[in-house]
This record gives sequence, structure tokens and C-alpha cells, in this order.
Amino acid sequence: MELTRYILRRMVLSAFVVLGVTFLVFIVAQVVPSDPAALYAGPRPTAEQIEKARQELNLDAPLIQRFAGFAKAMGTGDFGVSYKSRRLIAEDLRAYLPATLELAVFSTGLALLIGIPLGVLAAARQGKWPDRLGSFGSIAAVAMPTFFLAMILQLVFAQWLGILPLSGRLSREISVTAPLSMMTGFNLIDALLAGRLDAFGDALKHLILPALTLASYPAGVAMRLTRSAMIEILERRHVTAARALGLSEPRILFGHALPNAMGPALTVIGLSFAYALTGAVLVEIIFAWPGLGRYVSEAILAKDFPVIAAVTMVVTICYVVMNLLIDIAQALVDPRVALS
Amino acid sequence: MPLLNIRNLSVAIPTPDGDVHAVRSVSLEIERGEIHGVIGESGCGKTMTGMAALGLVPKGARIAADRFHFDGEDLRENAARLRGRRIGMISQDPAAALNPVLSIARQMDDVLRAHRDMPRQARHSEAVELLAATGLPDPERVLKSYAHQLSGGMQQRVVIAQALATGADFLIADEPTTALDVSVGAQVLALLRKLVAERGLTVLMITHDMDVIAEACDRATVLYAGLSVETGPVHDVLQRPGHPYARALLAALPDAAPHGAKLEAIEGSIPPPRSQIDGCAFAPRCPQAMPVCALQAPPERTLAAHRWLCHLPEGSA
Ligand SMILES: Nc1ncnc2c1ncn2[C@@H]1O[C@H](COP(=O)(O)OP(=O)(O)O)[C@@H](O)[C@H]1O
Ligand code: SF4
Ligand SMILES: [Mg+2]
Repeated sequence: MELTRYILRRMVLSAFVVLGVTFLVFIVAQVVPSDPAALYAGPRPTAEQIEKARQELNLDAPLIQRFAGFAKAMGTGDFGVSYKSRRLIAEDLRAYLPATLELAVFSTGLALLIGIPLGVLAAARQGKWPDRLGSFGSIAAVAMPTFFLAMILQLVFAQWLGILPLSGRLSREISVTAPLSMMTGFNLIDALLAGRLDAFGDALKHLILPALTLASYPAGVAMRLTRSAMIEILERRHVTAARALGLSEPRILFGHALPNAMGPALTVIGLSFAYALTGAVLVEIIFAWPGLGRYVSEAILAKDFPVIAAVTMVVTICYVVMNLLIDIAQALVDPRVALS
Repeated sequence: MPLLNIRNLSVAIPTPDGDVHAVRSVSLEIERGEIHGVIGESGCGKTMTGMAALGLVPKGARIAADRFHFDGEDLRENAARLRGRRIGMISQDPAAALNPVLSIARQMDDVLRAHRDMPRQARHSEAVELLAATGLPDPERVLKSYAHQLSGGMQQRVVIAQALATGADFLIADEPTTALDVSVGAQVLALLRKLVAERGLTVLMITHDMDVIAEACDRATVLYAGLSVETGPVHDVLQRPGHPYARALLAALPDAAPHGAKLEAIEGSIPPPRSQIDGCAFAPRCPQAMPVCALQAPPERTLAAHRWLCHLPEGSA
């Protein structure tokens, strides 16, 4: 069938992207001006210690062989050990990746939930005050520096109003006194699985401010894209036809025109998700969020290459998978996509 | 009393270069149960007249009329309420009139849900019935399809079924056959005739094709430059046209009158829609124009139900 063929084609393409990134990551590792053996050997190593490390890391093998080894390790999820901490990277990822994904998924959802309805409203009231206000808001949301927005949110909601926590992922009362057993690593899901509504509420409260911070930029973009797509679609003949058929205006806006604008809106999901994954570095630091961003920023400062490589690979795979899902969703929303 | 009763309707659309007089002065009396043809060259205001009756004129457009009534209700106030309840639309391009990303089932169901208070299952059977009533052979399959998977003729039948689903008893069909093959177009006309007979519908049939008037209509009104210049029973308008423009239209048709004959064979062109018109709008192109024609608006001539606007006395053709 058209759809199945389309999905298969997309999957093959995605696999190539991942392979390409693997190659890139490996090459970058070769040209970075630092000696992994020296890092691995620990502080103030002797020449012998470095030589020993070089052999342990198999750094003298031919390039091709080392790439094969690297690709295989990445493929099996064996990311090796951190040069710096000597901890298993896979184990670190198991703790940090869910934290970042939870934040990324939540903020992406928030961005769409805010941006798309506002874009529809602005298009429906084109030129009137909701449109003007929305346009101003979206420009502000896009232009606002992340750290500044984060500080304002912390100031208002944590400091003044005191209704949301300043930072962290869980309160001490939960994480120390009655910790959640880690199943998926997603606190919201783990809390639900354990039937712990207190922990769920606590995790949700901690999520809101960092997610809002991360959602600001993509929400602004989603609003702009939805608005312009909707304005174009509202001019189309089938919208006039829907009006002539006596459908209500909300039904026409959300039930008939918006599905036609879902193409651009879905594109925003990819953009927003990528933004959340990479933008997480700063936001995770500001909100003391124990995720990949903080993990990799420490690794970058320490030139801890295996960690950088592992995070790059994981982020790439998340991104590629997300895009694959978006492509499939797009084909499901618009049956003509699979034909092209 | 006519179902649709329009007297001297005008629609002016403000633009940066001045008002466009899309409709200057149109009078229409459409009786219950008839198919009333409205014919004229492209740009003469056919579509805008229909859109005004639906209350769907462009933003800022000014509507004026001495009378603008549908079944006794003033369309200036009630068009939005009547549209989709009593007044339906069938547009020229069925491919564009259907939503490309929603299944036909969803689009039929939306209409039924807006107008009929019945459970989901009943709406589905109703949709199947309506599609079958438009002559679609496999309604269940059509419901599962998207617009791009249907032929033009099938799309137009779906559009007609949607209009029926609203429960409307008055349909405005804007060149419903123009985008279709000749034989498919003829089938759609036959379908409309059948629906009018079976369901007691009334149809305003917009066209630029004399054959459509001859084939499908009971009465016809000829528009020229936003003015209704002649109206009457089809055989009068076709056999004994009173207005020189209507005569020119007929003369422009080859004797064999093939389907789809266009109206462009008359020399000259319609006055620009922004211009002011003094006297008779057709005067610059009229082979029988007299000095008075350019100065004074022509009077109405009447022969029973057949009326037209011209300075020439009756029977002078
Ligand atoms: N939205 C609009 N803005 C300005 N002029 C318009 C608009 N719609 C139609 N017109 C003009 O109004 C006149 C009548 O148009 P229309 O009713 O579509 O003619 P027809 O259907 O007979 O071809 C044309 O001159 C057209 O250019
Ligand atoms: S009024 Fe004069 S110009 Fe107009 S149609 Fe009649 S004869 Fe021709
Ligand atoms: Mg038209």
C-alpha cells in the first residue's frame, strides 16, 4: 500500500541519517586536538600510564577497524566508560535521558497547546486586537533570551507567588523521604504506575517552569506558522463551501481548516523537539534539572569524548525517531503526502 | 409569492482603486419548484448575485436592494441563518469545494451533525442514502474515500449530496457542469432535474452556457454587466429574445449548437466593473443602438411573463 511503502522509505532514510551522524561523530573525535589516552590515564599521568591507556583504548588500531568498533558499540548501546569518571556511560544515560526526554516532550506539547490555538484565533480575527496581541506575544516569545525568561518565571512563580518550585526535579520530601522506584525514568509515568498522586503532582509542579521556558520559542513559531497557514486556508473554496453548508464557525476553524494547516504545525513539533533537546543545556543548568544537557556540558568542559559521542548519538536517534513519527503523522493527516 | 424575490440588487466592493460594481441592478423572481437559469458572460456578476443570497459577499462589500427576500424573510438580516438550512450551494469546481484532508464520510457527517439531531449510526445510513440518491453506485466505498480519489463527476455528486444533507430546499448551483466532461455534465444536469422533481427543490442555475439553459431550465434571466436585462420562460428567451444582447448570444451559437458553446463571439467587451454607466450598458456593442441609448436608461418591455430592458419597441426584432 502507498502508506506502508512511504513509511518504509522514510525508515531507510532515517537509518542512513543515523549512520551518517555516527561517521561524523567518529571523524570529529579523530580531529579534536586532545589526547584521549592522556585524559583516560587520570591526572598528571606518566608516559607509561598514557601508553597503557592507549593500548587499553585500542587507539593504535587502523582507522577503519576503529570506526567499525565504534559503530558496533554505538549500535549495541555500549557507549563505553567516561574518561573522566570511569562510570559506565550507558548507566548514566539511563538516569539522565528520561529526565531530558520528559522535559522535551512536555515542553513540545505545551508549545503546541499554546501556539496552535492562538495561531487559529489570530487568523480568524486577522487584523483585529486578538491578532495584534498574538503577533506581539509571539515576537516577544521568540525574541526573549532563555535565561532571562527563566529568571522572570522563577522570580514571579517561585519567589513572589511561591506556587511553583524554584528548581530541581522532585522535592526533598519525595526524593529523600519516599523516593519513587525507577521504572521508566519518567517521573510522571513512574508516579502514576506506582499510584503515587503526591509524587505525580510534585513532579508536574517541577516540570512547569523549565518546560514553559523551553516552550516559549517554539510556541511563538507555532503561532506564526499556524496563523499564516490558516489565513491562506481560510481563503480556500472548501471553507466557503463549509460556510454555505451551515457549519458553525468554530467547527470550520478547528474541524475543517486546521487539519489542512496541520502540515506546518507538525513541522513545528520536530523543530520544537530539537530545540528542547539542545536548548536543554542552558535550561537544565538554570533549573538544576538532572538531565542530558547538564551531563554533556560537564563532559564538554572536561573533553570527555565518549560521553559527548554517546549524548550526540542518543540525541540524534531521538531526533530522527521523532521526525519519522512526524512524517508518518503527516501522511495520516493528509492522505496526499504518501503519494508524492 | 416567489421563493426568491430580488428587486434591484446591487453589490459594491470597495477596493484601493475605487468601488467594483460587481452587481449593479439585478432583479430575480424564482418560483418554487423551478430551475431558474442565470446566464451571462464571465464577470457579469452571476457568482456575486448567488453569494449575496448566501450572505457570503467579500468583507466590506455593500449590498443594497429594493427587495431581497427569501420565502418572506429579508436576506440582508437572515442570510447567515438561512444558508445551510434552507439555501445550499453547489459550486463550479467540486474538487476545490471538498476538503482535501478529510474523508468524505467525515465531511458528510459534519453536515448531518450540524443539521439533524440523530445518533451516529443513523447519520451514517442517511449519508449512504443521500449518496445513493445522487446516483453514486457504491456509497460505502465513496464514504471511505478522499476527494482526490474520486472523479470530477463523483465529486460533484458528493457536493450535491452534502447540499441535500443540510435539508435545504433551495440550491444555488454555480456553473455545476463547467469543470466536468460534457457527458458527465449532462448526467449532473439530469440528476438535478430528477432531484427537483422528486424532492420539490428549487434551483438557481448559474451558467454561461446556453445549452444548459435549454437543457435544464424552466425560466432564465440574462445578466449583462451586473444588470438583469431580460427574464422569462426559457422558450421565450431562446425563441423570441427581446434584448439585442440575448439575440447576439443566440446568434453567436453555431446552428448545430454543440455543447459548451461559449459567449465570447460577440464583438467588444463588457464595460469595466468600476465604471459608471449612463444609458444602456450594452450600447457600445449593440448593433441596433440609437442616440437615446447612450443617454437614458432603457425602459422595461413586457410580453406576458417575458420582460426585458431596451429602448427598441416590442416586436421590432
Ligand atoms: N472579491 C472581489 N473583489 C473585487 N472584485 C471582485 C471580487 N469578486 C468579484 N469581483 C468582480 O466582480 C465582478 C463580478 O464577478 P462574478 O460575480 O464572479 O462574475 P461571474 O460569476 O459572472 O463571472 C467581476 O468584475 C469581478 O472581477
Ligand atoms: S437600449 Fe439601445 S443599446 Fe441598449 S440594447 Fe436596446 S437598442 Fe441596444
Ligand atoms: Mg462565476
